[in-house]
Amino acid sequence: MASPTELLSGIAKPMPGYDPIGGRDQLVTDRADFASITSDVAGVIERKTTIGWWVTFMVSLGLLGILGLSVAYLVYNGTGVWGINSPIGWGWAIVNFVFWVGIGHAGTLISAVLFLFRQKWRTGINRFAEAMTIFAVMCALLFPTIHVGRIWLLHWVFPIPNQMSAWPNFRSPLLWDVFAVSIYGTTSILFWYVGLIPDLATMRDRAKTKIARMAYGIFALGWRGSNRHWQHYEVAYLLLAGLATPLVLSVHSIVSFDFAVSQLPGWHTTIFPPYFVAGAIFSGFAMVMNLVIIARWAFKLEHIFTMKHLDNMARVITLTGSMVGYAYAMEFFIAYYSGNPYESFAFVNRAFGPYAWAYWIMVSCNVISPQLFWFKKLRNNIAVLFIVSIFVNIGMWFERFVITVTSLHRDFLPASWDYYSPTIWDIGAFVGSFGLFGTMMCLFVRFLPLIAIAELKTVIPAADPHGAHGHGSDHAHSDHPHSDHPHSDHPHSDHAAVDQGHGGQGHSAPAIALQKATHEH
Amino acid sequence: MSTDHDTNEREYGLLAEFTNPGAVFHACEKVRDAGFTVWDSHTPFPVHGLDKAMGLKRSPLPWVVLVAGLTGASLAMLLQWWIGEVAYRMVISGKPLFAWQPSIPITFELGVLFAAFASVFGLLHLCRLPRHHHPLFSSTRFERVTDDRFFIAIESGDPKYDREQTRSFLASLGATAVEVIEDRDVD
Repeated sequence: MASPTELLSGIAKPMPGYDPIGGRDQLVTDRADFASITSDVAGVIERKTTIGWWVTFMVSLGLLGILGLSVAYLVYNGTGVWGINSPIGWGWAIVNFVFWVGIGHAGTLISAVLFLFRQKWRTGINRFAEAMTIFAVMCALLFPTIHVGRIWLLHWVFPIPNQMSAWPNFRSPLLWDVFAVSIYGTTSILFWYVGLIPDLATMRDRAKTKIARMAYGIFALGWRGSNRHWQHYEVAYLLLAGLATPLVLSVHSIVSFDFAVSQLPGWHTTIFPPYFVAGAIFSGFAMVMNLVIIARWAFKLEHIFTMKHLDNMARVITLTGSMVGYAYAMEFFIAYYSGNPYESFAFVNRAFGPYAWAYWIMVSCNVISPQLFWFKKLRNNIAVLFIVSIFVNIGMWFERFVITVTSLHRDFLPASWDYYSPTIWDIGAFVGSFGLFGTMMCLFVRFLPLIAIAELKTVIPAADPHGAHGHGSDHAHSDHPHSDHPHSDHPHSDHAAVDQGHGGQGHSAPAIALQKATHEH
Repeated sequence: MSTDHDTNEREYGLLAEFTNPGAVFHACEKVRDAGFTVWDSHTPFPVHGLDKAMGLKRSPLPWVVLVAGLTGASLAMLLQWWIGEVAYRMVISGKPLFAWQPSIPITFELGVLFAAFASVFGLLHLCRLPRHHHPLFSSTRFERVTDDRFFIAIESGDPKYDREQTRSFLASLGATAVEVIEDRDVD
């Protein structure tokens, strides 16, 4: 297996019989049967804890401690310990909030949107990306929570009857945001948990100790793989995917309303919802890319997190990065074309004012760096993928900084203009939030299956009841006349086992849940 | 019921093991065609077309979720109207006390929330889960149902059930093993 230096120094070595573009075929090689998928994924949990995991966990815990300290100091003293001032009332807290919510979009996008579009390659990475989403949303929710200052009054944002007979202001986008982000978090957890149930049952049935069997068993809810259950399960999963798809698009739209619904030049623009959604997908995929590259190396899962996954994610990054670049350009154009002097000032000030350094970091990271992925050679180079993805997230953090701070710092009255710099407590809270994220990710990969075991089994040829020739099947029932089958009209059925490897993407996986659900007559 | 068991035990049914999805698929078709009704198949993942092979009806879950989603959305609209127009009449920025346009985001979000909970709890209700004890869990062989084995279980409550005949019927369908499952009292 490649060492870190090998990984970061060049093109990952392809494994034997592995076509980096038709990556699905990797699952069809000698390792691909049901038992090996189970043991490969469960093995990550069952193996002895590695030193690498402990180091990562300890570093994350250390950062989490910094977060705790920063938050405690803030709550004790009030938000004055941050660098915010008048007119810059929204500093790093809101920047960090939007940054983390954005990252939290990739999981649901991969799980739900790609599921509805029948992108089978999502199957390898969806669980991992969903977990990342949940932890990113946790980090995101933290920042507005502590930004309110008196967090012991946070329940005022909810419509709860109280002794003052006061109610929240439903005409404010900030309140929409409370609902959007918390419901997004809740729905993501539900979606993730429903996906986990069969895999928790797998862990229960493999558990060696009584404690493990009890722990997995309780959360597996007594799942026993009944087809009368699978039938409802698949419908539930499809419905959750259908609900999560508009939800994921709505969340960052509503986050963008926090800005767009205000009257402030630089914020008050109709392009924000799609622009924010594209940016969110962009940063989310970059974060998934980074984490998947680490996980596939650390847990030796190169045959499941294939180069095909990385390649596809790189394409999504280039697409959404270009959309973000288009939005930057269009904002400038509209500022000019509107003829509004305040709007023009906001944008010229953004690119050439005191925060020009931040603006150009944003443009270089977000618009220029993802263009490298037009080249296939670079898309298949792990080091390039990893580094560009880090740049993308740096750039996306700066995008939120630029939007938030440059629009605020020179308001309508020049006498109140100011320059904003963070304090140590701003930095502590942001750096610490990576500790929260890292701690949760470490615990997740240690105790829960980081790949959807049951779902991955459906995309290997042996899963097809009509045409599985070999590969994990002891009896190939290919001799049955296909006219008997309710689904014999599917062109896929007869070609399911494309052993040679080419074009496997289109033919190898007829048994995915969606097809089953939609073809029930 | 068989008489060679003491009173604490009765027969749950027969469990037949298969080694691949094709085998269990064709076996299910035959069990269905033989007229069995109180039976089930158990697989590590949803096998394509198995619902049809078992002769199952469509899941009613989408209707439950639709009703829940519409309920959530209606309640959200009602809540916003009631707070704006009735409970807390306060003019803010000269905006109307209630208007449907700014109420859309929360209406949508709460509709999704109710629908998502309905999907999950509806699923659990339809599956009668959680159920941590089940007679099938007494079989060691059945532990591989979440790994790489496929099963058909015909329950003794089925009108056509006859231990010996059903056992040989299942064996004739290509089962690699058929075992009797006892229904023990939970201890």
